[in-house]
Amino acid sequence: MPKMNLSHFEAAFLFSLFASVVLGVVTKRNDRERLHYGIYTFLCFFVALFGLGWLMYLGHG
Amino acid sequence: MAIEKEEKRSLPPVGVWAPALALSWLVPGGGHLLLKRTGRGLLLMASISSMFVCGLMMRGAMFTPQSGDLLTTLINTGGFIGDLASGVLYLLTVWLGYSQPDVAGAVHDYGTKFLVTAGLLNILAMVDVFDIAVGRKD
Repeated sequence: MPKMNLSHFEAAFLFSLFASVVLGVVTKRNDRERLHYGIYTFLCFFVALFGLGWLMYLGHG
Repeated sequence: MAIEKEEKRSLPPVGVWAPALALSWLVPGGGHLLLKRTGRGLLLMASISSMFVCGLMMRGAMFTPQSGDLLTTLINTGGFIGDLASGVLYLLTVWLGYSQPDVAGAVHDYGTKFLVTAGLLNILAMVDVFDIAVGRKD
């Protein structure tokens, strides 16, 4: 089995992508809503990712 | 009126939804495919399987149930349930010896989380399959 070495950002990107697709598919009732919700979830992951990143950076001093 | 509500709430026979639910656990996205939701089934299969394989390639560890203090029991049993929820992906990994020992490192830790999350996402897919099979969703 090949080994995968990812940075924090790459791992978080993949995690957000896969989780957003599944959340979009299982949550809503038509394709348009699913697409919108998937994109919304993906953006939320990224806002949290950058927000927490900056919070830790600034909190670290 | 009350009887009508009671009829709406009652579940269809187990034979209607159990095969789809079981297949959904065993093969991520398989329940949707069985219920003729091909596009959604393929998307779920691709996402959950990719997440699981990425977790394996990052050398993530599989949880085994352990007893001890409350936190150890919760983490290990919860993680084991999450791993097990991936169905055949988990079973093949264990049977073929790809299960990794737990080692220190950020990438390995991400891998462990990917493996557990793949199972948890499959549980969401199973709930969706159940809703479709009993007619709560189209």
